[in-house]
Order: sequence, then C-alpha cells, then structure tokens
Amino acid sequence: MTMHGTLSILPLKVSELRFAARGTELIKGISFSLGAGTRTVIMGPNGAGKSLTLRLCHGLLKPSGGIVGWAGPDASGAVKRHAMVFQRPVMLRRTARANLIHALSVAGVPRTDRKARADAALDYFGLTDLAERPARLLSGGEQQRLAIARAWALKPQVLFLDEPTSALDPAATKAIEEMIETIHADGVKIVMTTHDLGQARRLADDVLFLHNGRLLEQSPAETFFAEPKTEEARAFIRGELLW
Amino acid sequence: MDGDGAFSTAFQLIVSGDPTLMQIVSLSLRVTLTALIIACLIGLPLGAALAMARFPGRGAAVVLFNALMGLPPVVAGLVVYLMLSRAGPLGFLALLFTPTAMIIAQSVLITPIIVSLTRSVIEDLWAEYEDQLRSLGSSAMRAIPTLLWDGRFSLVTVILAGLGRAMAEVGAVLIVGGNIAGHTRTMTTAIALETARGDLALALGLGIILLTLTLILNAGAFVSGRVAQQQAA
Amino acid sequence: MNLIKTSTHRQMSMRLIKNAISATAALAIAASLAAQLAVSAGAQDDYITVASTTSTEQSGLFGHILPIFEEATGIEVRVIAQGTGQALETGRRGDADVVFVHAEPAEIQFVEEGYGVERFPVMYNDFIIVGPADDPAGLSGGRNAVAAFSAIAESEAAFASRGDDSGTHQAEQAIWAEAGIEPEGAWYREVGSGMGPTLNTAAEMPAYTLADRGTWISFENRRDLEIVVEGDDRLFNQYGVILVNPERHDHVKAEAGQAFIDWLISAEGQQAIGSYELRGEQLFFPNAAEQRS
Repeated sequence: MTMHGTLSILPLKVSELRFAARGTELIKGISFSLGAGTRTVIMGPNGAGKSLTLRLCHGLLKPSGGIVGWAGPDASGAVKRHAMVFQRPVMLRRTARANLIHALSVAGVPRTDRKARADAALDYFGLTDLAERPARLLSGGEQQRLAIARAWALKPQVLFLDEPTSALDPAATKAIEEMIETIHADGVKIVMTTHDLGQARRLADDVLFLHNGRLLEQSPAETFFAEPKTEEARAFIRGELLW
Repeated sequence: MDGDGAFSTAFQLIVSGDPTLMQIVSLSLRVTLTALIIACLIGLPLGAALAMARFPGRGAAVVLFNALMGLPPVVAGLVVYLMLSRAGPLGFLALLFTPTAMIIAQSVLITPIIVSLTRSVIEDLWAEYEDQLRSLGSSAMRAIPTLLWDGRFSLVTVILAGLGRAMAEVGAVLIVGGNIAGHTRTMTTAIALETARGDLALALGLGIILLTLTLILNAGAFVSGRVAQQQAA
Repeated sequence: MNLIKTSTHRQMSMRLIKNAISATAALAIAASLAAQLAVSAGAQDDYITVASTTSTEQSGLFGHILPIFEEATGIEVRVIAQGTGQALETGRRGDADVVFVHAEPAEIQFVEEGYGVERFPVMYNDFIIVGPADDPAGLSGGRNAVAAFSAIAESEAAFASRGDDSGTHQAEQAIWAEAGIEPEGAWYREVGSGMGPTLNTAAEMPAYTLADRGTWISFENRRDLEIVVEGDDRLFNQYGVILVNPERHDHVKAEAGQAFIDWLISAEGQQAIGSYELRGEQLFFPNAAEQRS
C-alpha cells in the first residue's frame, strides 16, 4: 500500500524485454523486478538503452518482445499511476499553474478540484511564486522543478525520471535532488536514469547497470559501487566508459 | 489611370457613409468572416489530427490538402454552383445566388489553407510535445485542443492567410452569388462590376477601401496577438 | 528519441482521424444550417431571380426601372447579370425565374425546348461598331455593318470580340457570316468576357469592337474609342423576356415572375424603360406592342 491508498502497482516485473527500431535491436532481452520503496537508478554508458527502458516501462514505447508487467488486479489502468519527468521539460505556453491544471484535467481530475490540487503541489515544493508566470519563460531549473511538481500532482505510485538534471547547473541540480528525496520520502517509488556518478551515489538504493542493450547487473547501490561484478561496470565506475 | 481620382473617390465614399457602400462592406465582412469561422472550425482540428495521425495514405492526404490551397476560386465556385443549382444534388435547398452560397464557396476555398498550414504548425509542435502529452495520459483527441491552444500565436498567421484569401477572392462569389445588387454584391464583385463599366476610379476607390479593411483586420490581429504573447509567452 | 510508430499507435491514429472527420462533418453541417437559418430568417420570400445580360445591368436600366416595379408590386427583383448564353443556361438549370436577354433565335429555341413558357419582346436598342479615332480601316461614318466588317478583315485592323456566346457575340457572328468571313488571325482577338471588359480591352489595344449602345453610353473608360458605324438594320438589338417553365422546375415563382413580365410590357413598364436616360440619351426603346403583332 502507498500513501495514496490504492492497490499497489508494484512490483514491476519486466521479463525478456526487447525493443527494435528500424531493424536494429536496441534492447536485447532484459529482465528485472522493481519493488516498492526504493530509489532505483539505471546506469550505463551512452547508448546502453537507459532511456528506452524507462520509456518502455512508462508505456511510451511498445516493446517488440517481452513483458512489462505491473502488479495489481487492474494492471491496464496502471498507466495513470506512474508519471515521468523528461530530461528537457516540455512546458505548455501558459502559466505555471495552468500547466498543472492541464495535467490534472488530462488525468481526469474533476474541474472543481484542479486549481486547489495544482496550488497544493506548487506550495508543497515552494513554487507558489511562479504560479502566474508563463511557464516557458522560466529558467531551465525552474521548469524542471515545475515538471516534477506537475508529475507529483498526479499522485503517482512510481515516478520515472530520465536524466532530470543533466541540463542543469549545480544549484538547480541540488534543488531537483531535494525534490526527489521529498517525493521518495512520501512513499513514491523512484526510477531514474543518470550518467552522473556522484548523483547516483547520493540517490541510489539499488542500481540497474545496462550496457549495449543488456542488463549486466542489478544490485544494491552499496554493492554495485564497492564490488561491481562485471568488467564493464568496473570500467564505467572508473570513468573509463563514455557516457 | 487617375490615382488621385481613386483616392478622392474612396475618401468621399467613406466620409459620405454611402449606404450602398456600407451594405456592401457589411455583406463582405459577414460572408468572409462566417466562411473563416467555418473553415477554422473544420480546418483547425482536422489539420491538427492530420499532423498527429499516422495512417496509410496520410502522405497523399497531405499532398491533396497542399494542392487544394491552390484551388482556383472559379473552380471552387463552379463546383459549389453545380451542387447548389436547382439542377444539382442540393438544389432543393434553394441556396444559389444567396449569401449562404457565397459562404459555402469561400469555406470550400479556404478550408484547405487552414488545414494545410495548421498541419504544418501542429506537426512541429507535436514533435516537441508528443512524449510529454502521452506521458500525462493525453489521448490524441484530447491533445488536439492543447496543441491548438499552444500553437495559437502561429495559428493566428494561418487564420490571417485564410482571411486574406477570402477577402481578396472574386471568382467564386461571383459565380455562386450572382453579384445581385443589394443582395449578394460584395466589395470584390462590385470592383469587378465597376471595372466592367469602365469606372476605373470608382473601382480603384473601392479597392482602396477593401485594402484598408484588410489592413485594419490584420493590424487588429497583430496587436492582440502581441499583447497576448507578452502575457503568456 | 526516434518516434517509432507501433501498431497500436496506428489504430489510435485511425480512430483519431475517424473521430476528427465525424466531428468535422457534424460541425460543418451545423455551421451551414445555422448560416442558412440566419439567412432565411432575414429574407423575404417575395422576390424573384432574373437572369439578364450585362448590358441591361451595367447600363443602369435595372437600377432605374426596378424600384418602380418593386414600389408598385412589393416584389423584389434580384438580377444576375450574365451573357445571354449563360443567362439562358441559368434558366435551363432552373436557377432563375425569368430570363431577360437579347438573342432572338436562342430565345425561341429556349421556349421550343420547353425551358421557357413564352417569349415577350420588350424593347430594343442597337449595336454600334466602335473603334479608335484614327480609324485604320477607314470605317467612319459608314452605315453598313457587313461592309465595315469586311474592311476590318481586309486591313487586318485589330478587332476585339466578346467571344462569350452573349447576345452581342451572337450578333457579331451573324454579321461575319453574312460577310462570308471566317474571322481568324492575329488581328482577331477573342476577349472571352463581358461588354465592359471587352470595351476596356478595345480601348487599350486599340481595336474595333461591336458594342450595344446602352453599355457604350454608360461606359466611362472610352479613351480614344468612338462610334464609327451605326444605323444598319442588321444592328437592331431586340430584347425579350421569358418566364422559366414551372413544368420543368416546379419551384419557379411563376406568379411573381409573370407579374414582372406583364409589368415590363404594360404601358407603365414601357414608359419606365423609355424614360431612362444617361448623358441626355435614351438607352432603350420600348416596343412590346409593335413586336407582339
């Protein structure tokens, strides 16, 4: 059970997941299981398939093989119970508050509740000052914070984040990491990709290490960083593999 | 050509508040703006849907609408004429030689413009928004109003292109409207008539008034677009 | 990120397009119905549509006589000014209640084919040959249209033809035929438009052309053009009016249409036609009574 009181969609069981585009297999049959409560960080060099894996789990892409299996009796409705934050946030040409209201409207929140929930989300993350500002005129860091608040407003059980800080300066990165901590503390499952080793060390409870479309390791963060099992992971941690 | 004569004719017509002129101007605006509204009601959502959808034959549909942007007004007029004529399939509606017929003809003429240009605007926007909107759980239908609203500043130009075409058009309204004095005579058909009568100063004077009207409508759209853009980015 | 279109996406797209099209169709129908309602709410039913020629409309004749008729009967007359050929076609298709044109053989055929009820002669004026003041074919002062056309063809002086199957065009062709000339060559220009545009073109080229006197008198952009030939009996230009046959097109407003015809050939209507003057000249000469004999 989560804070939101509905049946959990976790664990997420992914088996033999495959994905091909234009004849090239990019995800080559990976299997893993994600349980509730932890912060899972997906790592790997560029082209490993991190972002694709997130998108496949989130349902933005359809696998060419294998299963993305959410738990619960109503697995097909699970799509509304996980949200995603992208590397570059896409804000609509309207105010910050209107962006949240739009997301709530799409999610089927009754019209009368939307403004209150949008304001609650802005308030929760200290973004109330931005409410009336045109979202696309905000700085990159502010937009990303807004994107996370927007995802949070949807009350997801799982939050996917795809390189959420890679385009941001250190101060904005810190603010985003604090938000992720807050959301995690609320009981939301965090699944994020990053190529920032420091960030991974700070945030990860457990790690999925992808390389070239294959899952090479899934282990608790401590174990992964202390005793990587594969040569590729060791090279990656030493910074010898290109991101 | 006596340019001074045209300007003074235009000026005199305007200041005298000539009732025939007022009637012609108001009919022109009514026909053009109604056609524009219909074309937008059809063209904006259809253009957005065409931008987002992927189906066999989509390329052909895109090419078709692009080509229809160049539909000669007389051809549009002739097709609508044949449909609405008493001898045609919709003859029972008794719409030929009425303002409604002119509205239909102009809608036929400018809807492809709205569809094609909207598709082009929304295609770019959809490329940027697709992942985010689908992540939020937006269905494609639900995305249409979102995209149209977010593309509004570019779409104003699209709508103005349609307006320009409708305002300037004479061939179609002449055929289906009949240029009946006091009933279906618009600015452009009046200009054609005065040219035919050899009263070139009056024709050009009317042309100046028409151009001024178009200018005012465009300026209004430009200014309100600017103001809105500053407020909403 | 490449967008990979999957089969579910395609189904979604198809559904999207279908929904968009049905929504669109519904909107279009609703919009045109609303537009139609708006129009019919404002329109009086008491009107007739008359397909007539550019000469009667552009000369200002209708502007002069219609208010008198409308005052007397309360019937609004909506005039569509076309060439005679097109006006008769409009009548054939049932898109007008009355045709008011000037090409007797074509009018008789129109009635014989059952499209018109009966042809009533109304008025006449005449055609004139106009040409540039320097008169390259040397026609000035002539009274013989056939001789004039022959001279034009011989000297290959520029001639602008209506080329639009109008009454004037048919009259022109009859003169060429009588002259035994098949007009062709760079000097013979088919303009393919109404009397006014043809006069504009003739003034610009400059060229000779056959014009009806009504349009000529009201025409503003003559430049160097002047009348070179007039007064030939062959240039006689009779106008007739015909009610479109309600047996062919049952929506034809036979009663109001016939009322208009009756008025045109009545003493009152004939007087109205005869009283129309422009620049001190009478444009049309009522002759309903004489022609009815």
